[in-house]
Amino acid sequence: MPRVALFVTCLVDMFRPSVGFATVKLLEDAGCTVEVPEAQTCCGQPAYNSGDRATAAQIAQQVIVAFESYDYVVAPSGSCAGTIVKDYPDLVQGAWVPRAQALAAKTHEITSFLVDVLGVESVTADMPRLATYHDSCSGLRTLGVRDQPRKLLASTGVTVREMDEAEVCCGFGGTFCVKYPDISASMVADKVRHATDTGAELLLAGDLGCLMNMAGKASREGRGIEVRHVVEVLAGMTDTPAIGEPK
Amino acid sequence: MSLHASTTPQFKQNSRDALADENLQSALRSARNGFVGKRAIARAKMGEDEFDALRNRGRDLKNHVLANLGDYLEAYEREVIASGGHVHWAETAADAQAIVLDICRKAGAKTVNKGKTMISEECGINDHLSANGITPVETDLGEYIIQLRDETPSHIIAPAVHVTVPQVREEFLKAHTHLDPDRDLSGLDTLLKEARAVLRAKYFEAQVGITGANMLIAETGQSVIVTNEGNGDLSQSLPKVHIVMASIEKIVPTMEDAATVLRILARSATGQDMSVYTTFSQGPRRAGDPDGPEEYHVVLLDNGRSNMLGTEFQDMLRCIRCGACMNHCPVYQTVGGHAYGWVYPGPMGAVLTPSLIGVEEGGHLPNASTFCGRCEDVCPMRIPLPKMMRHWREREFERNLTPAATRWGLGIWGWFAKRPALYRLATRGGMAGLRLLGRGRGRLGKVPLAGSWTDARDMPAPQGDTFMAQWRAKR
Ligand code: SF4
Repeated sequence: MPRVALFVTCLVDMFRPSVGFATVKLLEDAGCTVEVPEAQTCCGQPAYNSGDRATAAQIAQQVIVAFESYDYVVAPSGSCAGTIVKDYPDLVQGAWVPRAQALAAKTHEITSFLVDVLGVESVTADMPRLATYHDSCSGLRTLGVRDQPRKLLASTGVTVREMDEAEVCCGFGGTFCVKYPDISASMVADKVRHATDTGAELLLAGDLGCLMNMAGKASREGRGIEVRHVVEVLAGMTDTPAIGEPK
Repeated sequence: MSLHASTTPQFKQNSRDALADENLQSALRSARNGFVGKRAIARAKMGEDEFDALRNRGRDLKNHVLANLGDYLEAYEREVIASGGHVHWAETAADAQAIVLDICRKAGAKTVNKGKTMISEECGINDHLSANGITPVETDLGEYIIQLRDETPSHIIAPAVHVTVPQVREEFLKAHTHLDPDRDLSGLDTLLKEARAVLRAKYFEAQVGITGANMLIAETGQSVIVTNEGNGDLSQSLPKVHIVMASIEKIVPTMEDAATVLRILARSATGQDMSVYTTFSQGPRRAGDPDGPEEYHVVLLDNGRSNMLGTEFQDMLRCIRCGACMNHCPVYQTVGGHAYGWVYPGPMGAVLTPSLIGVEEGGHLPNASTFCGRCEDVCPMRIPLPKMMRHWREREFERNLTPAATRWGLGIWGWFAKRPALYRLATRGGMAGLRLLGRGRGRLGKVPLAGSWTDARDMPAPQGDTFMAQWRAKR
């Protein structure tokens, strides 16, 4: 049984633990042993993307130490997984480089880990609902996550009705959304409009940053669309209120 | 002297203005899917693998040029001189202004025809000529429209993409007073016909024609332009004097290399297999040539580019100015090109502008990106645009140009992020606080210090205790 370390991601840890538990369930159902290293905080992306390379490198080293002894590292986020996979080897120096490369080689976003690494064809959840799927940027363009979530969703009975510009950024962009709030607000308004135009009852994606952005806009505009992380649906854990919805 | 002034430091205000401008938003909406869809079709038609292999060849070709730039520039200069032309080296935009003005004066020019050239924009040639009593006439339709409106281009290949059709109609009615004010200008074709008639008459008045160059070919000394209107050809072959304005990185070694770039350029830009006109120019008219200028000048502009060689920004010099990065950029699509405040907008501008006018002036641009990566994904020269924007952020951070609030927040966050046990405590406490504020509503409409988030959208409340705390309690 592969020993998988869960990289929870800072947003899931703080705002939506159910995404972490859904990820654990999917991994265990697929025959993995899941552990959650204590020494994790964040992947360091906020520092890296703000130009603070030194802090980002220190956090990268901390992640390498905490996670390198496992067979695989899996995150419910293409963005954080993408940082480990694509950026860590560039970010660290000297003897850390081969260690960063080794970690990068075994780190995966959850849906691509299930489909591409474990060869999972279907999950057990039964969810005959109409959804639309937003392709979060890093997962899509850094890690090639596109067909994997759709394939798994199909196995649950979810019908995905594609929105216009599914591959266009939702305007979150980490600190971008607070540094350039007007531009971000316009981008997320476009995104939520495209999503609701499909008539879908569910808006799904694989990254909590994008999801909080879209859910926050959808509720502000009273769009009445249910916004969830894709793993919640795949794990059949939709009894928790959707993102931004009351109990 | 009026070099091209920048409003880049006001990027935020510029973008707010852009969002409030209904004409602009309507123009941006209609442009949005056109470019994207056409490029995708062009790529599919060629075959995605072949298209992407061509991008690799383009990248390698330009890397080779940049590694040997001095040699190729010298070879190019020799060939231009051998074919009877002149090469002028302009270290700065001001040098280029002086050189162009001098050539125009010697030619006794009162009017100068202009093909589309971004280097002329970068050097503020139009203002400089006008200030010295010479009238520049833009012959590209888009450039002509914005000249009438007294604006700068908002896109490097579609300069008037921010203007709506009704606005063009209004401009023509105002400017073409020699025509019947009640004429029918309702259709797009009538507008085009009128523009063509007005512009054709002007071609014959000019003593000098200025064009840009999409490439300069070292082995032959040729300059290459691509256009869809044929205006470049008329601009450069009718007047006595032809001036080519180009920056030093436009060099390619051979004709075959030029063909490689041409195969990828129009497909990336407009989705065409080739632009309608592709024109190679070499020296002045020779004895027996049916037409062509008597004098052929090339102004080679550096303006900070050679300083980029050998730095983390060198890859930017591979750019062939196709515009694909801005066509696919969600920020550009939202605010348009003028918000960027200087000559080059979109992702390529976000990297190039701080290189050319300084990061103090251009520092907003590399920050105004979500790093969605779409630009790098479509760039025919495979320029890692987000990575280079991040390099600018690193330089700003090193030099303390990052805003104090950001540094401060980042400092506190980083301190905790490096101390997992304390981080656990702090995040648990913080989330408990947010939950209290949410009072079971699942979301917050206002959060102290988070106004830039909650002004436009709700903040989803934390679900419960943190994952790490729940996990520890369970297992
Ligand atoms: S950076 Fe790339 S995509 Fe953008 S204009 Fe230059 S070549 Fe085209």
